[in-house]
Amino acid sequence: MKHVVDVALAVARRSLRHAFTNPALLVPSILFPLVFLLAFAGGLSNIDNVPGFDYKPGYTAFQYVFVLLQSAAFGGVFSGFGIAADFESGFARRLLLAAPSRPAILLGYALSGLVRFLFTAVWVTLAAVIGGLRVDGSGVDLFGLLALGLLVNAASTLFAAGVSYRARTLQAGPFMQIPIFLTLFLAPVYVPLDLLQGWIKVAASVNPATALLQAGRGFIAGVQETTVLAFACGAGLVALMALYALRGLRRAETSP
Amino acid sequence: MSQIGWVARRSVRRTLRQPALIVPTIVFPLFLLAVNASGLAAATKLPGFPTDNYLSFALSVSFMQGALFAATTAGAELATDIETGFLNRLSLTPLRGVAILVGQLAGAVLVSLLASLVYLAVGLIAGANLAAGVGGAVVLLALAVLIGVAFGGLGLLMALRTGSAEAVQGLFPLMFVVFFLSSLNLPRNLIETDWFRTVATYNPVSYLVEGIRSLVISGWDGEALALGFGMAAGIAVLSFAGAASALRTRLTRT
Repeated sequence: MKHVVDVALAVARRSLRHAFTNPALLVPSILFPLVFLLAFAGGLSNIDNVPGFDYKPGYTAFQYVFVLLQSAAFGGVFSGFGIAADFESGFARRLLLAAPSRPAILLGYALSGLVRFLFTAVWVTLAAVIGGLRVDGSGVDLFGLLALGLLVNAASTLFAAGVSYRARTLQAGPFMQIPIFLTLFLAPVYVPLDLLQGWIKVAASVNPATALLQAGRGFIAGVQETTVLAFACGAGLVALMALYALRGLRRAETSP
Repeated sequence: MSQIGWVARRSVRRTLRQPALIVPTIVFPLFLLAVNASGLAAATKLPGFPTDNYLSFALSVSFMQGALFAATTAGAELATDIETGFLNRLSLTPLRGVAILVGQLAGAVLVSLLASLVYLAVGLIAGANLAAGVGGAVVLLALAVLIGVAFGGLGLLMALRTGSAEAVQGLFPLMFVVFFLSSLNLPRNLIETDWFRTVATYNPVSYLVEGIRSLVISGWDGEALALGFGMAAGIAVLSFAGAASALRTRLTRT
């Protein structure tokens, strides 16, 4: 057990040091969510006057939840980039040889993804508060939202790790980003599910990200909406992606 | 002219040989168009919204995204030439600076034109209305290409100033910010947040978007077109002047 913790912490520490001392990695991970928050919450705030839009905390809160979960998901993708970069530099191979527990390497990357998400979440929350974020939920509700973010972050880190372990090159970056981007944007991003029309309503209705978004927005509004379904989806995604990542790790171990 | 032709031919051939540069330029904006047109359809119910078809309203955004890709393509190609030493070798030939700049842009402009044709065709098939008719389509494509040239010039300027393809890619987030802080998603008079409306009013991107949008949703609007073409030409002139100066400095340095 001590081996697992030691390896995981060492990998996480190294990955975080690399992320926080490299502006080319750090700045986009903070800048992009903030731009989305500014563009959506600021530029589209009039959407809350659309007939049928009845989210009480307002449009800034409505978009804050989306941007928070989006930054959780992309925090995971950036960790996946880190794994691919380690394979390109040859470090990941040496790590596989040296580490007494290989799944602990994966755990280390997941831990670093988590810390990066929390760091970005602080910036996004500060920006939202400055922009007039109204929270009707209680402190417990906010922890619920954070827990959802952590689940999304873990699932996306494990997914991106699975891709990285299979491709072992940074050129696989789009294969990590695009599925996550599609999943997020095929959910009710701009208006509640009831106000969506046409094909996107059908897509959003079967998209697990919809349950996560609705539950997150429910936490801010102090209304429990699809909470159980959201946590079930989140936990299911984490379990599924953990399996995908571990099989990828096994493939990387046996690859020439 | 023949010097420009040689560099342009190389630029076009090199761009066409890289599907990774062309496919995302076309697919990504179309995906966002599909998502936004459906996801924001409810916005047309806002009092004063200029059309009841959000697809028509959002179509202009695709052209702007195409221009953004043109900028990064043009910049990254030139930066790669700098990194590999090709520009140094070119400087030993009698090739003039203007030929390098204009020729290097040809590939990106071609992609911008191809992408614009696809956006327009897909938009019309999906149900967008082109209020200005067939003549409007020609003017729209001309404006889209001019915007591609203007942003491509910014990509060249960045490439010549930094000499690094990675730094040019770093231009993308910056331009992304400028794009989003405009009237991209809602008309300026319907933007409720004061500071955002002010930023959007001072942001030239708003006028580029509104120039294209006017042809699609309101027909021939002289003021919107004059502002759109004027802003695009202004950005093109400034970016090329900057790029020409940076090229002189770089060639002197080498």
